[in-house]
Amino acid sequence: MKHTISILCNDTPGVLTRISGLFSRRGFNIESLSVGNTELKGKSRFTIVVQGDDRVLEQVRKQLQKLIHVIKVWDITPEAAIEREHALIKVDVERHRKGELLQILTAVEGRIISSSGSMWTLEVTGEPSQVDNALNLFKDYTIVESIRTGRIALER
Amino acid sequence: MKKGKITGAKSVVRSLEAQAVDLIFGYPGGANLPLYDELARASLRHVLARHEQGAAHMADGYARATGKTGVCTATSGPGATNLVTGIATAYMDSSALVAITGQVSRHLIGNDAFQEVDTTGITIPITKHNYLLQNAEEISRALTEAFYLAGSGRRGPVLVDIPKDVLLEQCISGDGAPPHLEGYRPTLKGHPGQIKRAAAIIKAAERPVIIVGGGIQSQAAYEALTALAKGQDIPVVSTLMGKGSFPNSDPLYLGLYGYHGRIAANTAITHADVIIGVATRFGDRSTGSTLHFAPQARIIHVDIDPAEVGKNIQALIPIVGDAGHILGELVAQLESASHPEWVRRLQAKATAHPLADLRGEVTIPKVLRGLKRLCPDAILVTDVGRHQIFAAHYFPVDACRSFLTSGGLGTMGFGLPAAIGAKIGRPDRPVVAVCGDGGFLMTCQELVAAAVENVPVVALVMHDNCLGMIRQLQHAFYGKRFTSCDLGNVVDFARLAESLGCVGLTVERDAEIEPALEKALAAGRPCVVDCRIDAPANVYPMVTGATLMDYIE
Repeated sequence: MKHTISILCNDTPGVLTRISGLFSRRGFNIESLSVGNTELKGKSRFTIVVQGDDRVLEQVRKQLQKLIHVIKVWDITPEAAIEREHALIKVDVERHRKGELLQILTAVEGRIISSSGSMWTLEVTGEPSQVDNALNLFKDYTIVESIRTGRIALER
Repeated sequence: MKKGKITGAKSVVRSLEAQAVDLIFGYPGGANLPLYDELARASLRHVLARHEQGAAHMADGYARATGKTGVCTATSGPGATNLVTGIATAYMDSSALVAITGQVSRHLIGNDAFQEVDTTGITIPITKHNYLLQNAEEISRALTEAFYLAGSGRRGPVLVDIPKDVLLEQCISGDGAPPHLEGYRPTLKGHPGQIKRAAAIIKAAERPVIIVGGGIQSQAAYEALTALAKGQDIPVVSTLMGKGSFPNSDPLYLGLYGYHGRIAANTAITHADVIIGVATRFGDRSTGSTLHFAPQARIIHVDIDPAEVGKNIQALIPIVGDAGHILGELVAQLESASHPEWVRRLQAKATAHPLADLRGEVTIPKVLRGLKRLCPDAILVTDVGRHQIFAAHYFPVDACRSFLTSGGLGTMGFGLPAAIGAKIGRPDRPVVAVCGDGGFLMTCQELVAAAVENVPVVALVMHDNCLGMIRQLQHAFYGKRFTSCDLGNVVDFARLAESLGCVGLTVERDAEIEPALEKALAAGRPCVVDCRIDAPANVYPMVTGATLMDYIE
């Protein structure tokens, strides 16, 4: 089972090492990790998706809480969470298929960020399942490169 | 020097003095020389170890024996990496330690400079917290926090890494403000509702057992535990770390439980209907397979570290907080009770499975029993191996902080330096290290430190020319194919001791044991007794199967 954990911590050098190192040495698997600044000065927020049952999750939460730089840890349940992911996709699209791709892009609420000849760079934002869906639909085209962020989450 | 300003090194010394530190174990090197230059002018006593690992174990032994925080220092690079084993030992046994390491100057960090190593990176997994300081103004606050973290909540080592140029930099002396750590709030008082629920379960228990671990840190907690066990008539078993946490001569004490546990103790766990686990983490050496652990018991788990609750064993009633407080509350809420049939049954089991008397002229049990007769109030410090388990079985202790051992990490070489640290901390009590010949050889250079500092510690070397525990495991699980456990019969430990400035004695006959021990205890100087074990024997009981009741005796 997947869990989304949100961590509020001090923004100090090495805090990423402390957090990611804890996951690896305790045998917890990180599915995705994203980190950024918050509205609080000197504080960062991590959003980490982990795989495991409730017992694993409880250990993860408690071990994280023991790190001195960690101020608070939340387990965000999907029902109570707003989750977003962002993806960038570079597609090589033939002239006669551009109209069709544009339609798909509109359907998944994506945008063209840049284009140069047959090369389009697209962006999609949404719930992780929406991003999955969009990437699936783009598979019919020649994807040159693609990347997606880990998910970020806040409680409603 | 500018007016009102001091060097970083001076700030370190002032911060140590502010924490009432009067003793530091260490080894100098290029990067921490500014600190040594300052220590020479300070009133702090510095004990020069002969290897940084020794300095860490000494500080750890000092902490375990006194309840204070031990302090050690080493230089950058190899100095810091040599501390690592000692720091990890303290971490696994929750011992309060502050390690101060020198680091290369700031402009060299990251350049693979001479004697540079990523000390904070290496020690993240084995410290409660660590610091790499970037300017001298941070020293005072970091050290105040380090001592607060090391000595509060679940104790543990904290490392402060200070670049050489930071030690030389001018700074304003710290204001001594109390530490403020937003992310650190140890829970000390147990939840009243949980305590009430636990009391109800204890009251209804028919076959209760207390498991005590290494987290009994204060005399108050020790007394509260004794009061609970005696008031409720509950048998007590201990982990290796918890051996010193309950009076061993009390009839309710059933001894060590677990992998090398006494039969009565393992029986108690297997048949208990209620288990009160106090300051223990239910480690794998104790529980064996958690699937088969205590099949009939409802478990109450008292521990100061919330992460230990539910980590290895699911407890029905977890209570997070200081054991002294929680046990005190339980004692206050419970009227006295008794379980005569249950206690009698377990005591009968203990009588039916006594400790074996081993055949042989000089055996480890004989030495330990002789020591107990001559010096019942000794602080016993063990090394790691077969003798360690023998010591747990054959040397009862009846006071808090009297049995010091590397339980979690199982560090061979811990015994002698830890005993030196313990003796320096408790000069009023006899301190005896019991070591195997393997482990003793790993850190025996610290005899020189004991001789120079005139620390009258006694080391008993159980000299059987083999790595006993390895041999025992190869005997039990590797078809008696003995590999690399033979140490050869070449070392004369008495002459080794003499050559390192200590008294050396040799015991080859039963009749020589007690006279030699008497002489060693009265020597007034560090003394090594080479006990020639003539018939090496395995230590039993030993669990060989899935449950604690699948044992060989």
